[in-house]
Amino acid sequence: MSWAWFHRFASPPWVYGFATRWTPWFGGAALLVMLWALYGGLILAPPDYQQKDAFRIVYIHAPSATLSMAVYATMALAAAVGLIWRMKVAHAVAAACAPIGAWFTVATLGTGMLWGKPMWGAYWVWDPRLTSELVLLFLYFGYMGLRAGIEDPQKADKASAMLAIVGVVNLPIIHYSVTWWNSLHQKPTRLLGEADMVWAMVWPLLLMFLAFFLFFAAVVLIRLRAELLRRERSASWIREVLK
Amino acid sequence: MRTGSLGVAQLVIARDLRLAFRKPSQLLQPLMFFMIVATLFPLTLTPEMSRLRDAAPGVLWIGALLSSLLALESLFREDAQDGTLEQFALSGQSLTWMLFAKTCTHWLLTGLPLALSTPIVAVPLGVPTEALWSVVASVALGSFALSLIGAISAGLTLGARRGGVLLSLLTLPLAVPILVFGADATHQAIIGGAIGPPLRMLGAIAVLGVTLAPLAAAAAVRIGLE
Repeated sequence: MSWAWFHRFASPPWVYGFATRWTPWFGGAALLVMLWALYGGLILAPPDYQQKDAFRIVYIHAPSATLSMAVYATMALAAAVGLIWRMKVAHAVAAACAPIGAWFTVATLGTGMLWGKPMWGAYWVWDPRLTSELVLLFLYFGYMGLRAGIEDPQKADKASAMLAIVGVVNLPIIHYSVTWWNSLHQKPTRLLGEADMVWAMVWPLLLMFLAFFLFFAAVVLIRLRAELLRRERSASWIREVLK
Repeated sequence: MRTGSLGVAQLVIARDLRLAFRKPSQLLQPLMFFMIVATLFPLTLTPEMSRLRDAAPGVLWIGALLSSLLALESLFREDAQDGTLEQFALSGQSLTWMLFAKTCTHWLLTGLPLALSTPIVAVPLGVPTEALWSVVASVALGSFALSLIGAISAGLTLGARRGGVLLSLLTLPLAVPILVFGADATHQAIIGGAIGPPLRMLGAIAVLGVTLAPLAAAAAVRIGLE
């Protein structure tokens, strides 16, 4: 098997061109799918028999939650690739992922709080899932803080890559410890429970997951281009690209 | 003369202990900090013993965590500044073992005294005297795991300006499991429940830390020294 496709990703000009070409496709597809899913979720889907229209926040909340974790995994994977094969582009990808992932985490917590107030009667409960999501946000903060705190860009890349990997090893431990911790106290009442959703509610949600992944791809490529421009500002290919 | 990894580790421990005892006031500072933090809780919460007893695990563990973080700053910083760490890395000996030895010494000098001094703080918080040994054991085990995880973040922040706040920002999220099981062990000790399960979980985290943390810390220190 030829590894040429992999080696091309190590070249900043090639990746920059790749990102420039693909951003509109991912962005356009994300917009289309998201509009379709929003129409399905907000207009076509019937209101929930218990939560009425409030359940519709799931179309933002659940994809955000998935992405908040998927982006961390992507970031750690890119960081590991950068550390192992010394690929500068991989470090740039990891750096581009962090703020996006942090915002998905904020969106998850924010929509969850908005939903929690009418449903649980409180903006915040110390549920294991909420707590691990909050700790995930702190891990993103630590990653970005470490990146910002080290002046030498190569050292910052490597140190933050180590931190991302340590975080990935720790995330499941944090999640299970928090689950254990909460099982000692009373369990929050889950109004949602294991209720079966009807297909009219499910398909917009599945589409929304797809839309969020496409959106992430578009945004990460934009950030990656900015990151490459900043890192390679003294390289000659930049002048040609920006002509 | 060629020494094995264990021999080098012993030399590092002996060196760090000797250096630490030349400046005893630095050893006492985290302990005093711990006691002051613990005093703040009755002043802000309530002087009522029964309510303080409920809050005691949290007070003890947050105090222990904060003073461990305070002490963590000194784990590598001085040796990085005067070039000792660089010599360690260049010596051809296993940096992993040397940093593991440094971390163990650091725990002997900060975590262990912290654990031994918990009764002084725990009794005024209404912790029954029968529970004191279990409290000491849980803090000792937890602070060891904390030192191991902290060694990674201390290594990572070597290259950073103003490492102090950053060090806490990196360490605190990673310390959540230790805090959860540690506080649970202390809580069980106070109410006379089963302390075994949370202590075993703490032990498991410490074992995982012993296996992985020195490797990660050595990699982190190498990055900082480049």
